[in-house]
Amino acid sequence: MKKSLFAPLVLALVLLFLYIPIILVIAYGFSPDGLSMRFFDTDGRFLGFTCKWYKQIFTGAHSMRSLLDSFWLSLEIAGLATLTSCILGTTAALALHRWKSRLQTVHYALVYTPLVMPDILIGISLLMLFVACSVECGFWTILIAHITFCVSYVVMTVLARLQDFDRAIVEAAYDLGAGPVYTFFKVELPILMPGIIAGGLLAFTLSIDDVVITAFVNGAGTNTFPTYVSSMIKHSKHLPAVFALSTVMLIATCLLVGLTRIISRSQTPNRMGRTA
Amino acid sequence: MKKKTGTFWSEWFVTAPSFLWLALFFAIPTLIVVSFTFHGHTPNGGVAEQWSLETWRALVDPDYPTIIWRTLRISFKVTLWCILLALPCAYAIARLDKKWRAAVAGTIMLPFWTSFVVRVFAWRTMLHPNGLLQEWYCAFCQFGDRVFHSMPAFLQNTLVTLGLATPGVFDPTNATILDSEMAVVLVSVYSFLPFAIMPIYSAAEKFDFSLIEAARDLGANSFYAFRKIFIPCIRQGIVSAVLMVFIPAIGSYVIPQMLGGTNCVLIGNKIFMRAIQNRNIPHASALATVMAVSVMLPLALTVWWQSRQKAREQKRLAEEKAATSRTMEAAS
Repeated sequence: MKKSLFAPLVLALVLLFLYIPIILVIAYGFSPDGLSMRFFDTDGRFLGFTCKWYKQIFTGAHSMRSLLDSFWLSLEIAGLATLTSCILGTTAALALHRWKSRLQTVHYALVYTPLVMPDILIGISLLMLFVACSVECGFWTILIAHITFCVSYVVMTVLARLQDFDRAIVEAAYDLGAGPVYTFFKVELPILMPGIIAGGLLAFTLSIDDVVITAFVNGAGTNTFPTYVSSMIKHSKHLPAVFALSTVMLIATCLLVGLTRIISRSQTPNRMGRTA
Repeated sequence: MKKKTGTFWSEWFVTAPSFLWLALFFAIPTLIVVSFTFHGHTPNGGVAEQWSLETWRALVDPDYPTIIWRTLRISFKVTLWCILLALPCAYAIARLDKKWRAAVAGTIMLPFWTSFVVRVFAWRTMLHPNGLLQEWYCAFCQFGDRVFHSMPAFLQNTLVTLGLATPGVFDPTNATILDSEMAVVLVSVYSFLPFAIMPIYSAAEKFDFSLIEAARDLGANSFYAFRKIFIPCIRQGIVSAVLMVFIPAIGSYVIPQMLGGTNCVLIGNKIFMRAIQNRNIPHASALATVMAVSVMLPLALTVWWQSRQKAREQKRLAEEKAATSRTMEAAS
């Protein structure tokens, strides 16, 4: 039967549409023009490529100081937010899965609502809280905000993992004389680990990418990478550096994901062998 | 499960961390925002002591309704475009060979490993008046302009009265992409499209494509089969795709900020402006409440629709069961 070519054609065009900005992000990192990132001057002459932005980033040149500072701050906050939201999210998921009381209904509503709230509402409500309590905005307020919006995502991922979790295993551990703490660390946690890691990765990407909530609670002078980039629009003489750094991040992420794929693939037969 | 005496306390012990955190940093702040809308604002950027409806009255008056309407209109446009593009994409991916599917789905999500702001920034550079796309757009506008003016006068008038064209809409002199509604819609579609493709794709993956072949055998053309069989079967995926696009589109801030300029200020930008720049906290709170309502409304409607469908399904199942048991009884 003749297959319609319309849908594959749309798919190809959409992929092109999705990739053009990425290709440009990579290309702009090599632009010699720090102000408007042109590759051709007004007469249409080609200006060539340059690696100086990469060199400046990797050597930590003085002009790159605030950009790199914001980048490290982003990593720091994303790391801490991921860790805390993983702990809070796992306990929340365990509670939601285990008990079906009225308390858990309210708990679930509390966990679920931030998922459907636009970022800007979470941002403004936290700002109002900090204003009402006259807390000075800075590192800690950003961290609190990031933990708040990351928790719900971790809960949802861990809950999904708990769906096919057989409680009989825990009962078996109890029957064999293990205490609740020992059972938690030796039985439940290892089984939940893939879910927690997936949730943590999601939390990390969300935290490192967040601009709206951070823009509300960062106070003066504290910038994460995204808020720094959005403040660079109007005045900057080294715009390509942002794109060079993003390219480095993209490559690092690809390598990381590829590596986890390889590790998980090489581990799977072992694990299967052990249970068999 | 065995009932233990310490269950109550252990439940509280496990629930407390996340419960208290979210209550303190999500529920209470939201209530503070809502309560601020019932206060006036003081000239020095504070919130007035006494309760009043002053803020809500102010919301009706100046340019707020325009902004709210613009936000809703743009969100509808973005959602429509995303769904229209996502449907054929999801269909095409689901029809691929099994080993290719995950790869293509991954390819769609891959651009999202670069920072969102950086991608929007790249669009900004691309759409800049000195950029390539601007040149193409101008050429397109000139072409459109020439076509429009070469038409007979009555045809021009008909197009204008139908609202399909306005005199000067193709005017190449003021045709800029950046700082316009079009740029905001374009980049919003770019940003949210994967979130529309994914739920539709996961619904389409479970779809039995032999149904389409059956319809084709019975004489339907491919578009008819797509419309009458494929779409109703993946309804659930479409609904979640709509929500996945519409909610962030309503709450959009970065895209209009970086690409809309002064011509395309949305609720999100106005909230930020009022909260940070003008220090008019009650107005910012009121706008935030309006935004929350416009997000919650479609969500509540969906939940209601889904529960009604479920109830209907259950009723049908119960009726069928009753009917079979009746026939069984009659037979025995």
